[in-house]
This record gives sequence, C-alpha cells and structure tokens, in this order.
Amino acid sequence: MNVAGRIIACLDVKRGRVVKGVQFKELRDLGDPVELARRYDAEGIDELVFLDITATDENRSTQEAWVSAVARTLSIPFTVGGGVRGVADIRRLLRAGADKVAINTQAVLTPEMIDEAAAEFGSQCVVIAMDVAKDAALGHRVFIRAGKERTELSLDAWTAEVVRRGAGEILLTSIDRDGTGDGFDLDALRTAAKSSVPVVASGGAGTEAHFADALRAGASGVLAATLFHEAILSPARLKAHLLAEGIRVRPVFESSP
Amino acid sequence: MIPVAIVDYGIGNVSSIRNMFQRLGVLAEISSDPKTLASAERLILPGVGAFDTGVNNIRQRDLGGVIRAHALERKRPLLGICLGMQLLFESSEEGQEPGLGLLQGSVKRFPAEPGLRVPHMGWNEIALAGPATLFRARKDDAFGELSRPLSYYFVHSYYVAPTDPTDTAATATHGVTFTAAVERGNIFGAQFHPEKSHKYGMLCLKNFSETVPC
Repeated sequence: MNVAGRIIACLDVKRGRVVKGVQFKELRDLGDPVELARRYDAEGIDELVFLDITATDENRSTQEAWVSAVARTLSIPFTVGGGVRGVADIRRLLRAGADKVAINTQAVLTPEMIDEAAAEFGSQCVVIAMDVAKDAALGHRVFIRAGKERTELSLDAWTAEVVRRGAGEILLTSIDRDGTGDGFDLDALRTAAKSSVPVVASGGAGTEAHFADALRAGASGVLAATLFHEAILSPARLKAHLLAEGIRVRPVFESSP
Repeated sequence: MIPVAIVDYGIGNVSSIRNMFQRLGVLAEISSDPKTLASAERLILPGVGAFDTGVNNIRQRDLGGVIRAHALERKRPLLGICLGMQLLFESSEEGQEPGLGLLQGSVKRFPAEPGLRVPHMGWNEIALAGPATLFRARKDDAFGELSRPLSYYFVHSYYVAPTDPTDTAATATHGVTFTAAVERGNIFGAQFHPEKSHKYGMLCLKNFSETVPC
C-alpha cells in the first residue's frame, strides 16, 4: 500500500479575489478565496494551490490577509505561489499559514534560492513550479514569466537540478495542454517523474480518464481548475472513478468538518 | 490551567494546529514562555524542517527542561507532531545533535529506491497497534461516519524507529512499513499532520484534548 493519488484544485488570485482568465484577458471574478477554499475542503479535494497572479510589493498585505484567512478555514494542506522572489517571500507566506510555497521564474533566475529555502524551511515546503512546452526539435523546454519567455533549460536538466538543490515537489504545467481539456502531457510527466520527488501534473484535464492516465504515468498529484470551479466534474465523482480503476485516493466525506 | 499549549520554538506552522483546536472548541495557546508552558495540562511539540535546527531552536529558547518536566515528572500528556515527534527520540540520521530522548530509538531516512518518492507526501492509510488512544472511535456526530482504515496527510523524508516496538501506535507503508504514530504512557507522537488531515486529524486532536496525566 502506498500513498494515495492527490486530487488538487488550483485557484488564481488577483488582489485577494479568485479570478478566471480567458486567454490571459477578461479576468472574471469567481469569488472570495476563503469561501472557495471552504467549498473544496467540504467537497473532498485533497489539497489546494493558490497562484497569486498579481503578487507585487504593494500587494503584500492583501496577500498575507487572504493567505492567513484561508489557513484558518482549511483542514487540508495548501500551496501558495506567484511572484515569489526570495527566501523572505517564502518565510512571509509560511508564517501567514501556507504549507508549501511554489517558486517558478525566480528559481530559474537564481537557482541557489532553492538550496537556501530547503536549508531554512525544509524541502517539504519547497515546490518548484515549471511551465513547459514541447519544441519539435529540442523536446520539452522550460518557460518563465508566466509562459512568455522560453529558457535554454530542458525539462530533463531542470528537473535534475531542482531536485539536487533540495526541491520537495515539482508542479509541472504543460503550456501546450493548458485550457485544452485534451489530457495531461504524459510525455512531459514521465520525464519529470524520473526524479525522486513527487510530481503534480497540471494543464489539460478534461475527463476522469485523464486523471487516471496521469496517476498511472507517475504523477503523485493531479491538478485542475476549471473542471472543479465550474462543477463540470465533482471531486466525489472523480474519486469514485479512480477507485473503480483501482487507483487509491482519499475517501470523500458526506459533510464538512 | 491551559488545556493545551503549543510550543512555539520558531519552527513550523503553529497557527494551523491552534485553528483546529479552535474548531473543536478546545482552548489552545501558542507560547514560547517556559512559565506558560509549565502551567499547561497538555503540550504539543509541532515542527517541520531539519532535525538539528529543531534541537538548536529548543536549546536557544531553553525549552528542553520544561518539556521534560511536563512529560517525565508531572506525567502530563505530550504530543509531538512530524519533526516534533522525531525530536522526542534520541538521534536522527538527518543530523548530529541529540534529540530530547523522551523515547528510545532513532530517526531514519527512507531508503533510496527506484520508484520510491521522497518526501513521502500525501494521504496515506494507517494500521493501528496497541491501545492507539488518539485514534479510538467516538460517538460524536462529527466523527461518527469516519470510515476505516484511517487516512492522514504526511509530508516527511525521515521516520522514527522506536527501540521498543510496543511504543508504535500506528504504522503506514511507503516502500517500507514505518511507525506513523507512537504512544508510551502519557507521551504521544504523530508523523502525519493531524491539523491538515480533515476529520481524521480532528479525531486525534479531540482525543488528545481529553487525555489525562498518567
């Protein structure tokens, strides 16, 4: 018996509100992070990821306020990412109540911050978020600055480096699949899952079968946003499907605690 | 007397434990003051991070004595969570510093095996052993429907190996079968995070809040 596959819901936060972007424009307000956190906790989601898409210096106090409000509400773990530039940001978010902090662009720009963060807070709370897209000639490449800038890093090399430096988890998002509903990028997932740390697959979930495919391909967790937000797929139905497929998940309760 | 005091030694997310007690209607105070901690009926030693950092932080704040007196002289209930449980033991493969030594045994790292992901991160089922006081079923409405086996949220790369096997109150399996919880008289420990384990975790904290000196 091994650890259960984790079903993770992702929420984008802008100035303390959960939003949904349509092709990075026309942000629609979906509500209060605390209310949505409470709903997911009750519905049987195993873990939450909040990505603050407007994390800036001016916005810090707003961010700390909603992170600590979410921490008071949840009885499951949650990760916060977006605009994390250094160890001071990580300390601030952990103190506010986040269980893990996701680092993306800044980890590529100053990889030694991974070592510093792992030494100070432990690997278990250091998540490296990687946005990747496949190039026909070069294979999977890592992108930074919200997918706008391609780096010289291959997925293979970057995975090995972050694990060596002390990352405790990889949050792998496929830019190619994000928002398509065509399924997770299983090639990218298999590449990252060659490492020893847990990998969370993100981008492309459309059906229950996609989650099963990713968990079988080596994902420790599977993440979706729209499917859960729009109640297209309930965590209870998804977990029933996975259990029927012989994949272990945490059972869902009838009522919230 | 404070029903539950949570030892703040500058490590880990202590507020989430207090939040859970708050929802259970149990007064829990976070403190790094030895006098406050000495007046608590029950102590919680939380913690995430590195073993030596934990040992040094306890030493810098001069809290080792109050924890020992609480558990060994007054025989009051003590619960170590995650690193907090590992610190109750004598030593760890993660560091050089000696632990508190309230329980005999050491802390080991998960073996490097192909396909075995470390940290062990996520929800895993446990199997109970011995009295398992913190896991005993309750008749309260909030816990009545809890299905068994019980499932808890783990995130760790090291696990405790008690010298006396009867100290183990629960086991879980991740490559190896390891001690997921301990109980020896008034001393309890959980490798998982009850404060992050939904109703299963609330069950443990509720049961702990009703433990008495022994």
